[in-house]
Amino acid sequence: MIASIPPGLIMIIGAVLVPLLPSRVRGAYMLALPLIGIWQLFSLDPGSYGQMTLFGFDLVHVRIDKLSIVFGAIFYIAAILGIVYALHNDDRTEQTASLAYMGAAIGATFAGDLITLFVYWELTAVTSVFIVWAGKTERSYQAGMRYLIIQVLSGVLLAAGAVVLAKETGSFAFDFIGIESLGGWLVLAAFGIKCAFPLLHNWLQDSYPEASPTGTVFLSAFTTKLAVYALARGYPGTEMLIWIGIVMSAWPIFYAVIENDLRRVLAYSLNNQLGFMVAGVGIGTELAINGAAGHAFAHILYKALLLMSMGAVLHRTGTAKGSELGGLYRTMPWTTGFCIIGAAAASAFPLFSGFVTKTMILTAAAAEGHLVPYLVLLFSSAAVFYHSGIKIPYFAFFAQDSGKRPDEAPPNMLIAMGLAAAACVGIGVYPDPLYAMLPFPVTYVPYTTEHVISDLQLLMFSALAFAVLQRTGLYPPELRSTVLDFDWVYRRLGRDWAVFLAERTGNALRTVYADFGGMLNRVIDAVFHYHGPKGLLARTQEIGQATLVITVVLAIFLTAFYL
Amino acid sequence: MYHHPDRRAEGEKPNWIDHPGNVRKVFWALVVVCAALLSLDLFLHKHDKFGFESLFGFFGFYGFVLPFLLVLSAKALRRILMRDEDYYDR
Repeated sequence: MIASIPPGLIMIIGAVLVPLLPSRVRGAYMLALPLIGIWQLFSLDPGSYGQMTLFGFDLVHVRIDKLSIVFGAIFYIAAILGIVYALHNDDRTEQTASLAYMGAAIGATFAGDLITLFVYWELTAVTSVFIVWAGKTERSYQAGMRYLIIQVLSGVLLAAGAVVLAKETGSFAFDFIGIESLGGWLVLAAFGIKCAFPLLHNWLQDSYPEASPTGTVFLSAFTTKLAVYALARGYPGTEMLIWIGIVMSAWPIFYAVIENDLRRVLAYSLNNQLGFMVAGVGIGTELAINGAAGHAFAHILYKALLLMSMGAVLHRTGTAKGSELGGLYRTMPWTTGFCIIGAAAASAFPLFSGFVTKTMILTAAAAEGHLVPYLVLLFSSAAVFYHSGIKIPYFAFFAQDSGKRPDEAPPNMLIAMGLAAAACVGIGVYPDPLYAMLPFPVTYVPYTTEHVISDLQLLMFSALAFAVLQRTGLYPPELRSTVLDFDWVYRRLGRDWAVFLAERTGNALRTVYADFGGMLNRVIDAVFHYHGPKGLLARTQEIGQATLVITVVLAIFLTAFYL
Repeated sequence: MYHHPDRRAEGEKPNWIDHPGNVRKVFWALVVVCAALLSLDLFLHKHDKFGFESLFGFFGFYGFVLPFLLVLSAKALRRILMRDEDYYDR
């Protein structure tokens, strides 16, 4: 029976019950849903399920193949980790929304047609905004509104693109799309928004750091990697994506260096890691697609781990700002250790997960002779070590002593971080099970002397640069600040213009209204003057006067006609 | 690496890493590791796709110089892009 339920729907339907359950059993219940889901996923054979015909179009609710399985599996794993991490948090809104959101993302991953994809795609938007709002601050409310507008726009573009594509090709099937047609461009724009392409990216850095410590962990795993999956399905080998990817991999780094909120730093570095995946999709060879999918898998785990460690810091100290933190290693040693493992995995240190996946993308870029992309990705790799690898653990747990002595993170948080850390090391030491899941057969060998030495040279010299900058005092200190990004265009410039235009339009309307009202008043006054209670034409006249007037008028007519 | 006021509470023991001398040791250990990794380039033959990866010390040079410039340029960007913390709340 359970095999006939589409993957993802178990969690979406299951979410409905969450608010009704007493908090004692809610955690266990929530944890059971993704466990059932992952068991169900691996008991299904590859193929298409839930086919139906709607208005003459064939829809495929569930399509299970190697590409969707690897993303579906990591989504379930991320769900389990996120739920364990949030077990202490008894916020029903966030619990319900996060389950439905994760289910929607999984449903979208297995969608075989663009209509089904659209339905789940929009569902991820409207459920996840409640996770942002569960931050329960004025800032999270505002950021959530901006997030919702942009996410729904992505869904609208997807729907429009799907309709145009169906008109062009006669099918809603979600396979290779390409950018040969208008429909292809519309769908690419929809995917690009969710994937945080350059200039379409600000919703990510704006909203994720405003969610609760637990909410950000849920958010970080799904929306953007669903978009990477969708790109890998619809646009592999689209050369433009290489260039978009490398801009994505490099640009956010500059912000990550100077941003103070460490969860926002991680949001920028999330964006930068997406750049590697998008570039991999753009290169489009089997090695590159394997690299993109594998890196998404590894990335979800280490990014979640880093956000969990910063979430634990925020949970215990009330802030995640570099300028307010430092020296926490004394009382949060476990969190510190897990954070360093996540940082090593993100930096692609040998024996950690990032190394065995990211180097696939770099090797693929070199193999295809893409010189500039290779150099930019290499620069981004060295720089990732900066902001994810050094900055995050250094400013939170070491650096100058903030005097804060918070308790160690709650046990459930430590368990979730421990599991994620074990996965980061496990994949790095023994990548074969992950490689076996990838869409294409893997012949790539990560641990060659050459790979390891080159990688270590790159990273250790990058660490040396950091140390030199610190010792010479050149390294910019963490400062309480807002760093302007492209969203300034709509949050300030656009808003100021809107206010300016509204004021001008208001003034103009008031003037027009006043003039028009003046004219109208004069007409009314004139009418009132003659027809009002005291007006000439409304006065009561005596009968004799009237007879006199009539006699005079008749006399005038008589005289006139006689003459 | 920073000169900062000591905020340890009364009676709290300083850890190994809290001594400035030990931070210096970590730094010099890093220098030694880098030098050792660099010297491996003398013995290791690297296959190159573009013709420059096998040059002596390419990855070390690239890994040091570009992040160094990144930090300095990001620091300069602060002058243009940095605002007060409540900039958007006003």
